[in-house]
Amino acid sequence: MHHSNEISTGAHEARVEDYLALLKPRVMSLVVFTALVGLLLAPGGINPFVGAVAILCIAIGAGASGALNMWYDADIDAVMSRTANRPIPAGRMERDHALAFGLVLSVFSVALLGLAANWVAAGLLAFTIFFYAVIYTMWLKRSTPQNIVIGGAAGAFPPMVGWAAVTGSISLESVVLFLIIFLWTPPHFWALALYKQSDYGAAGIPMLPNVAGERATKVQILVYSVLLVASTLVPGWIGFMGPIYTTVALVTGAGFLWFAWVLFRTTETVAMKKAGRALFTYSLSYLSVIFLALITDHVAKMLGWL
Amino acid sequence: MVEPVKRDEAAEAAARRRRRSIALGLALAAFVIIVYVLTIVKMGPAVLDRPL
Repeated sequence: MHHSNEISTGAHEARVEDYLALLKPRVMSLVVFTALVGLLLAPGGINPFVGAVAILCIAIGAGASGALNMWYDADIDAVMSRTANRPIPAGRMERDHALAFGLVLSVFSVALLGLAANWVAAGLLAFTIFFYAVIYTMWLKRSTPQNIVIGGAAGAFPPMVGWAAVTGSISLESVVLFLIIFLWTPPHFWALALYKQSDYGAAGIPMLPNVAGERATKVQILVYSVLLVASTLVPGWIGFMGPIYTTVALVTGAGFLWFAWVLFRTTETVAMKKAGRALFTYSLSYLSVIFLALITDHVAKMLGWL
Repeated sequence: MVEPVKRDEAAEAAARRRRRSIALGLALAAFVIIVYVLTIVKMGPAVLDRPL
């Protein structure tokens, strides 16, 4: 039905907004924020214009991997209520157009980052796109309930790319930034999966609650939450961050553990979904606050307040 | 009355294509400006070349 030899009708002609939706703007905003923190925390300076171009490249690269994800996942996106209105499953765009859009933006963002900043950062960005589009989307997402854990690495790379744009290298501090987001991803998405289980089940995606059960999921959420909070204390231990950051990490980390614990203790379905939703919502602001605290501590140190 | 509906759809399709062309044109213009400024910043007069 979608392929006719007549002049294409309005319904099949993608709008500009449809192309923008392929870039997953909400994911992109988190990527821009964490990449910017990585760039600002890195030792040494970067020309402000070069820095802005680097952030733009990281954002476009992340958006490109979103487009590639929507090209490949159109079949399962159509089944889930959260994703059914994306441009391809909604019938507003041809699949091939999303593929072309994603590939072109990938090449341009990596090349421009290499020319503007350096090729270490560009290589990391290329690896991030490859990791999300190929390792996560094409391979792990449909084959293992640990999909989120390994796939989360893709979302954890941006601060390392931002850091590398300044220093041209990978260092302990940037790996710690990676680790915080990496360990944050599983409890965040499993909390979502707990209250959206039926959706993932219908689409045939092996999310942990569907495969291993709710009990096992809540245990794993708790384990990852402990590891996450421990990882947020590392910047203080290695002398990368001072008391402002560590205080925020301790207080908000205690909150995270509390929400994870409440979810762990709740068994009744309705209450459990509510607790899952509460952890999911909390974890979103938690990550932003942690990264804001990193930058605040850094600025305070630079201004000589500490 | 099939004809008017078809014409409306064709007009809508043309409008969407036009907006896409404008967006693509702006994106290309932005790309050219970025590469131009980047070249000056990295290789040109030192005025713009200061650390953050």
